[in-house]
Amino acid sequence: MSVLAEADLRLDAGPIDYALLVIYFVVVLGIGVMARRSVSSSLDFLLSGRSLPAWVTGLAFISANLGALELMGMTANGAQYGMATVHYYWIGAIPAMVFLGLVMMPFYYGSKVRSVPEFMLRRFGKPAHLVNAISFAVAQVLIAGINLFALAVIIDALLGWPLPVSIVVAAMVVLAYTALGGLSAAIYNEVLQFFVIVAALAPLTIVGLIKVGGWQGLVQKVTDQEQLSAWPATELTGINSPVWSVVGLVFGLGFVLSFGYWTTNFAEVQRAMSAKSMSAAKRTPIIGAYPKALIPAIIIIPGIIAAVIVPEMAQLKAGDTSSGVVYNNVLPLLMRDLLPNGILGIAITGLLASFMAGVAANVSSFNTVFTYDLWQDYIKKDRPDEYYLRVGRLATVGACVLAIGTAFIAAALGGSNIMDYIQALFSFFNAPLFATFIVGMFWKRMTPTAGWVGLLAGTFTAMFIYAISEPSFGIKWLELPGQGASFLGAGLAFVVDVVVSVAVSLVTRPKPDSELVGLVYSLTPKADRSHSTTGEDAGWYRSPALLGGGVLALTTVLYVIFG
Amino acid sequence: MRLFDLRLIIAFLFGLYGVVLVVVGLGFTSDDDLKKAEGVNINLWAGIAMVVLAAVFAAWATLRPQFAKTATTTGDDLGKQG
Repeated sequence: MSVLAEADLRLDAGPIDYALLVIYFVVVLGIGVMARRSVSSSLDFLLSGRSLPAWVTGLAFISANLGALELMGMTANGAQYGMATVHYYWIGAIPAMVFLGLVMMPFYYGSKVRSVPEFMLRRFGKPAHLVNAISFAVAQVLIAGINLFALAVIIDALLGWPLPVSIVVAAMVVLAYTALGGLSAAIYNEVLQFFVIVAALAPLTIVGLIKVGGWQGLVQKVTDQEQLSAWPATELTGINSPVWSVVGLVFGLGFVLSFGYWTTNFAEVQRAMSAKSMSAAKRTPIIGAYPKALIPAIIIIPGIIAAVIVPEMAQLKAGDTSSGVVYNNVLPLLMRDLLPNGILGIAITGLLASFMAGVAANVSSFNTVFTYDLWQDYIKKDRPDEYYLRVGRLATVGACVLAIGTAFIAAALGGSNIMDYIQALFSFFNAPLFATFIVGMFWKRMTPTAGWVGLLAGTFTAMFIYAISEPSFGIKWLELPGQGASFLGAGLAFVVDVVVSVAVSLVTRPKPDSELVGLVYSLTPKADRSHSTTGEDAGWYRSPALLGGGVLALTTVLYVIFG
Repeated sequence: MRLFDLRLIIAFLFGLYGVVLVVVGLGFTSDDDLKKAEGVNINLWAGIAMVVLAAVFAAWATLRPQFAKTATTTGDDLGKQG
């Protein structure tokens, strides 16, 4: 992304655009101030007091993921790979989100744990808990820094502020509202951000489509017709054989990577844990799945349009890199070419809001894991709740300061490469974590020792595949361009984790059944896993299973029409 | 735990944004602006859509005032789990 500044992306923002941007920031900070009044305990601050309605947590659930990497990355993928990018949404998110809601949420919400690592602690004990809590906390600070850096780069490119100023200002805004209002403020802003993003991208898509002559015009103008069909996505996976490309997509992306990400990443699961009832918690990821299934229309289609109508993008696609533009520049270029002042201000606001919400999601999940899983469990136990509320606030300040530090490191190391490495690094943890969770939830015999040994074995497997396939390491035993290597690494990590967990469980001692109630399927009474269907949880349209089936059907229809 | 109603904030922000865009779209749109967006007065149309969104959220909040669960957190939730 360091190339961004070299290409001419400066937008012609006028006073009206700045005014709209300022209004947004005033509202964001206002939310922080107002949310502060509702915080009276650490649970209020770190989990919104488990009081939020499902539509709020559901929109926050997908918004937390709709940050810099997602928005820039997926429009870029749209321009580069075309329709195949939809797999990241339809195969790579929807099934996992439905699975999280229907199968895993009863254990997360029902056991009253306050974080994903805490579930680990109760199911497998301290070694597995510590591995999970520390790797998650470190990962969130690093990703927060990278998100912050991406945000600063875009502010620099769009508005011309120097990088260090943008980094510090953006971190201060996030710090102000998350330290004041805690998770509620973060979630409220995520919901607001969702609507601003849609308000920014929908006009862009509509004007773009009119410019290319509608859908038919776009279909005619795309030079490489293969990019209009989603299957078999050989370009995206880097796997030449169409059959294996589809297998890689379905098993690697659709199963291991996406289930690993959506079901064990606390930054996501936290949103569902803050819901007001079991029914609302189950519905959170499923309600989020509906916009997630439809949003490619305003993320991927603009990418495809840009490759046709933005001259620099068309050149890049033909192999001419002289303009200095990279695929990540799709959105700013489209905004420059299509949007007049006024709506341009909304679009700039949407971009900045989305990047900031990404940082806030990292920070608000970090402070919970730090406070409950590290400080309370290992450093200062049994203090009154006000003490942990204070720790939570201080952890928020600490996370923002650390993120400024990691943002400058990312800046020094130079942008996009480091981002890719760290993404790869975190994929090492998600796939094994999912394997350990799923075996642990359904097999009561799985032992605490198997918990941490399996996790480490899986992580090392993923690292090994990465080491032998990443070209810059020079080992090159395996050559898989595109996403193929990470699909394979995640898939093998999952298999190794399951095999090792089963093997180790057979020779070590399991926890007694009495300690596993609420954590393992066969030992949890059905009543504890089901949700109430009265009061605010009543009505057939609030049935998680029905809503889940609905979004799976919707996705299938979308695949039939656009795949 | 008493949270303020997020729907009213959404209604406020988009009401304001919508009105500003409608005014810009009606009164301050040059031919260059129109040309940029292929002859569509995108400010006007986006502004109208935002006003409608704001109205929907305002109506929802008025008709169904109950928003977040107002019950205070129970002692059970506050205790250390595990």
